Amino acid sequence: MPTPDVLLRGERLTRRWGGLTAVDDVTLELTRGSVHAVIGTNGAGKSTLINLLSGEIPASSGRVALKGQDVTAWPQPARARAGLGRSYQRTTIFPQFTVLENCRLAAQSRRQRPWAWWERADACTLAMPAAQRAAQAAGLGDDLDRPAGLLSHGGRRQLEIAMCLATAPDVLLLDEPLAGMGAEETDRMLDLLASLRAGHAILLVEHDMDAVFRIADRITVMVNGAVIASDVPEAVRANAEVQAAYLGSHA
Amino acid sequence: MSAGAKTGGVALAVAAVALALFPLVAGKFGVDLVTKIMVFAILALSLELLVGQTGLVCFGQAAFFGIGAYTVVLLSPQYEAVSIFWLAPVAVLFATLYALFVGALSLRTRGIYFIMVTLAFAQMAYYVFHDTPLGRGTDGIYLYVKPAVEVAGLTLVDLDKPLTFYYVVLGALALTFAFLAVLLRSRFGRALAGVKANEQRMRAAGYSTYAYKLAAFTLSGAIAGFAGVLFAVKDGFVNPELLAWHLSGSLLVMIILGGLGRLQGAVIGAFAYELLRLIFQHEPLFGAFAKHWQLGLGLTIIAMVALLPEGLAGLPAEIRRRRVGRAPRTADADA
Repeated sequence: MPTPDVLLRGERLTRRWGGLTAVDDVTLELTRGSVHAVIGTNGAGKSTLINLLSGEIPASSGRVALKGQDVTAWPQPARARAGLGRSYQRTTIFPQFTVLENCRLAAQSRRQRPWAWWERADACTLAMPAAQRAAQAAGLGDDLDRPAGLLSHGGRRQLEIAMCLATAPDVLLLDEPLAGMGAEETDRMLDLLASLRAGHAILLVEHDMDAVFRIADRITVMVNGAVIASDVPEAVRANAEVQAAYLGSHA
Repeated sequence: MSAGAKTGGVALAVAAVALALFPLVAGKFGVDLVTKIMVFAILALSLELLVGQTGLVCFGQAAFFGIGAYTVVLLSPQYEAVSIFWLAPVAVLFATLYALFVGALSLRTRGIYFIMVTLAFAQMAYYVFHDTPLGRGTDGIYLYVKPAVEVAGLTLVDLDKPLTFYYVVLGALALTFAFLAVLLRSRFGRALAGVKANEQRMRAAGYSTYAYKLAAFTLSGAIAGFAGVLFAVKDGFVNPELLAWHLSGSLLVMIILGGLGRLQGAVIGAFAYELLRLIFQHEPLFGAFAKHWQLGLGLTIIAMVALLPEGLAGLPAEIRRRRVGRAPRTADADA
């Protein structure tokens, strides 16, 4: 078997807030072509882990490598330009702009040319097609001209993903993309994630266990900031410690 | 092009023609007044770039204006004219450098702290001109000889003639407006709109938002400095009040009154504010009350802002909406 294509690697990541250790010595790898789910109760440190990986907050210790390059000291925008896309648990879009403009602005980050004040932004031959492709892929092809703020909840979650895709990332960090979605919307989102798996390394933080076990190639379980198990789904399901700490309450 | 954009373009053209023809019907007083208002309109446009387009509430815009104005006067020798082609760029450069310095530090803060830090830096500049020999105190300084607009010894424009200067300022206003309108449609302009709408998302998408905000702040300072140059040449006089927080505050009122988020709002706001002030200061109209013009002006502004949340420039859109009926109201959708 060839060595897996590791795109993002978090090594011994720790984040302390005063006396609280939100993320405690976590190591994990994301490889191209696989969905890596991170599960855990509320407050287990999942979102903080995403924030450490994406560079939104600095780690107290540990390092992050993106495509083999140490990016620990890089701020979030630099990591994003290097191919790290993320979505937020609380929908983070531009509600006043149209769906297309949301995606176009995200895609524009790949060719920013801020000094070219005389060039029209919407005439960019890179951003416009990329935005349209991303919106299509996320299932928003019919809503391009709608103000994003008027989308349904599910639509906004799709737009989050579309904006992420518009920046053409290699790594996707998705923070509860299924939160608040109905069964039909969940199915559609899982299909989308499955279709994205081939070209990307995906980290999925999610509470919906059925969905996680349907799509994940690997599952990491966090309790109180620390990893208690990280394995293929069947092994995690069978893990006694996980059952006691987390799944037990559902069984 | 939407119906709104089309009528907007027509309105803009009508306004430009009206301003161009205005001196034909106006006397000396009117020409002088509108020249001053147009200088303030340029200054208000510089602030609109920050507040209305980028979401940065700067409470120290007067400092860059004053530095531009003072530089013109301080660098002009007492008995001979200097070339405007040398003087204006240097004055704008000084304002720009101070904006770069203030922006670099103040943009590390947010919200109310940003407002206070920009105010503090502006007051610092104010006291430099107010209390050091450089600015020669409260009395200000006169500009004895206006800068020359000459190419190879040939005088192109005589800035000392009020009518000529009126058209110089009108041209400057039109150019500033056109420049900003084009800029706002560019990638840079859209990125600023993104920063205003959701900075977190912009960073997640890969924009170094600090650099964008600093660029906007510095550019805004440069435009304010340019307005300062025009002001100094117009009046031939500068005093520390040009840098005072009163002016920074009035500018904020102008752009809010005119309507944030629209460039024309800054221009309309500058005209509305100055004309309202003139009306309330008019003694034949208000008698003894004219001394308390601030009260009348303040109450009128409060009423206007309460009745027109999108400002005077938002009035056509508001009327169109009411005519259509209760169509869904989306902020900025037709801006």
